[in-house]
Amino acid sequence: MGAAPARIPVTVIGGYLGAGKTTLVNHLLRNAAGRRIAILVNDFGALPIDADLIEAQDDDLISIAGGCVCCSFGSDLMGALAKLAQRTPAPDHLLIETSGVALPGGVARSVALLAAFSIDGVAVVTDAETVRARTADPYMGDTITRQLAEADLVIVNKTDLVTPDSHADLHMWMAQAAPRARVVEAVRGRIPPEILFGGFELDSMRAGTGLLSTGNLRPIEDASARYASASFELPDAVDVERLARALADPACGLIRAKGVLRDLDGTLKALHLVGARFEVTPFAGRGPTGLACIGLRDRFDQAAIERIAGLSNAAIFSKTP
Amino acid sequence: MKMTTIYRARRILTMNPARPEATHVAIRDGRILGAGSLDELKGWGAYTLDDRFADKVLMPGLVEGHSHTSEGTFWRYTYVGYFDRTDPEGRVWTGANSIEAAVERLKAAGAALKDAAQPIAGWGLDPIYYGERRCTRQDLDRASPTRPVGVLHASGHILNVNTKALELCGLLRPGVDHPGIPLGADGLPTGELKGPEAMMPASPHVGFDREILACDELGLRYFAKLCVRKGVTTAADMASQLPQEAVEMMARVTGEPDFPVRVVSLRRFLSIAPDELIKRALELRGASSNQLRLGIVKIVVDGSIQGFSARLKWPGYYNGAPNGLWYVAPEQLRAALAGALEHGVQIHAHTNGDEATELLLDCVEEALAKHPSRDHRFTIQHGQLINAAQFRRMKALGMCVNLFPNHHFYWGDQHYATTVGPERAERMNACATALATGVPLAIHSDAPVTPLGPLFTAWCAVNRRTASGRTLGEAERISVSDALRTITLGAAYTLKLDHEVGSIECGKRADFAVLEDDPTEIGRERLKDVRVWGTVQDGRIFEAPKAP
Repeated sequence: MGAAPARIPVTVIGGYLGAGKTTLVNHLLRNAAGRRIAILVNDFGALPIDADLIEAQDDDLISIAGGCVCCSFGSDLMGALAKLAQRTPAPDHLLIETSGVALPGGVARSVALLAAFSIDGVAVVTDAETVRARTADPYMGDTITRQLAEADLVIVNKTDLVTPDSHADLHMWMAQAAPRARVVEAVRGRIPPEILFGGFELDSMRAGTGLLSTGNLRPIEDASARYASASFELPDAVDVERLARALADPACGLIRAKGVLRDLDGTLKALHLVGARFEVTPFAGRGPTGLACIGLRDRFDQAAIERIAGLSNAAIFSKTP
Repeated sequence: MKMTTIYRARRILTMNPARPEATHVAIRDGRILGAGSLDELKGWGAYTLDDRFADKVLMPGLVEGHSHTSEGTFWRYTYVGYFDRTDPEGRVWTGANSIEAAVERLKAAGAALKDAAQPIAGWGLDPIYYGERRCTRQDLDRASPTRPVGVLHASGHILNVNTKALELCGLLRPGVDHPGIPLGADGLPTGELKGPEAMMPASPHVGFDREILACDELGLRYFAKLCVRKGVTTAADMASQLPQEAVEMMARVTGEPDFPVRVVSLRRFLSIAPDELIKRALELRGASSNQLRLGIVKIVVDGSIQGFSARLKWPGYYNGAPNGLWYVAPEQLRAALAGALEHGVQIHAHTNGDEATELLLDCVEEALAKHPSRDHRFTIQHGQLINAAQFRRMKALGMCVNLFPNHHFYWGDQHYATTVGPERAERMNACATALATGVPLAIHSDAPVTPLGPLFTAWCAVNRRTASGRTLGEAERISVSDALRTITLGAAYTLKLDHEVGSIECGKRADFAVLEDDPTEIGRERLKDVRVWGTVQDGRIFEAPKAP
């Protein structure tokens, strides 16, 4: 095909100590559903992976059930990334768990320098109970403020520990603190994994066998009924860049979109969107085409999405509810 | 009968206040029997009188309290720095006084390479001395358009590469969005890569391989040669993650019968939980030998001032740059400090900005309340912006400091004009305040960031002269005798080695710096010009080779 080799999508997970980054990572591993997830951790803390998930461990690599791996990168993130890029099979998705005082946006910009990776999004985990007090800390306050300002997605964790009244306050506050981010709530890091990974695997599409109708789209299972999702088949060519920009508009209420689409010039493009951040890249595979979207139920405007996508001929494949 | 040798010298500066000067020193089994007159030393029994140092001045072997053995590593690359610098074999590399001169030198290095794809690697570039002009990929293309070319800056934090190198690492493309990668008018990177993340994609293509740098036997040997040239007999290697293979290599090399320097290697707090860190430090301490001392832990709290990554208190940077970065969270810092005090592990903490110092002092105070400790000697490394009030707190907390006066010379003008502004630049690295407050003081080079050489560092502390000739803070200058004590006993104290080295007196190790000139007579302006003949370490004699 002559297209560049597939890049590994990367989610940078930031947030201060104790916010629940490690809990989130373990939750995602438990719900990997066949995805080969690689994790890079930097923290000084104890073992970052729940013991029952570990299959084997040597000095710098933990092997995890389902073909997942975890490495520590210390001061050499770029070296660890270079090593990871050599692995076969390549991971489906990379999660970088930064140190509690790192600025995840800066980490993302550095990762983007390497041709083998593409940044999917910056997720910042916060503790619903303590985040506001932390931003007032004389030493750490500005660091936490900068972490939030750089986020594409804020996961407000431990919401079971705060009263419903203060939820509303917190959301108002967060809209100021993390203006470009979509905000989701969680208890013990339990978010639908599709929010970070997207609704289907590009790999199966790339092989040309991954027909949407054979179940590669994963309608999200959302016990809390907090999220809504929909998947579309788009038989017609679209201006993918323009579509992505429109989907990034907060009015659509999207948290995450992922798709393979036929562009106006006839080539296939992959679309990744997390909050306001999106990327459109050439896609080396054969179709079919499709788009999977996830949003918060109360903000999810399916009609708007269909309008934007020019979906008069589209087959809506699945949706929740 | 044990062998006793008595050396006669022109003058011996002992750093022992009870007997500050002597003409003779007697040694046995690598240790000092005493310093005094020949008559006094004869009482130790049969001896051999050795006159080889009769026209030399002896000082205690100099102690470099903060360097990196990678100073030895860089000499395999081409030196293109602004200032003259002496390599491990004694060859003086004259400074490259323009970008053109640096490029010519790289071109010549390339002409000597056989393999057409082999990169040209240079180090020591310092474009701040070339005015407004920055080094670009087009400049380095003149060294070679076909080979990858890379030049590391003196600070170690910036790499300049040519077009070929950018092409090889995939950065010769529009749309690169990174604060460490400036773009030219054509939308492509200019070739300047700032910070470890921006440098890394290109580093291996231009010959800077991190794997080699992490555990480098040749570099350690070169480092030792440089120590001999500079009169250094004990040097702190500050610090690495000390993987077992590095420890084994260092133990083997430093244990060789003709290895001339005692290396104190610190374990950096990185990728390890605090309790594991303390356990590992104790394990390392147990693996120490006479020539390799292990078991101290280094913690990096913030970044650097010239990189604007140091954490400053209000009002922050003079040029309005945003505040710097934390490299450790207070929770982790507290846990490590408390664990260290509980188990008697010493901590050296890197802070550059005064806010980082303040946080460290808060955490040390808290940890000491939990685990009172009488002689912990926790030491702040760099501490460049420590203010008078902080020195008073440090005194109360029993802390030491290892300041960085070489910065005055190399970056003092920039600190004055840009980073911290005139007032704070004049009180940076406040050696006089530290001494007046009673905080035990060492001073350092942070080699390879600035060249190894305690007598040069002493000159910087005594004169506070910048590269442009400005005296940066008269009030913080210290006397020659204070400076000489600081680069011997002072540094030894911060490494908890003052009972073994740092002065020439009965019972200590026979470690001497052998000098051609007397640093107390040459004059404060010329302290850096004192010529070093070589060293004696543990009674073994090492003459620095003459320049080829």
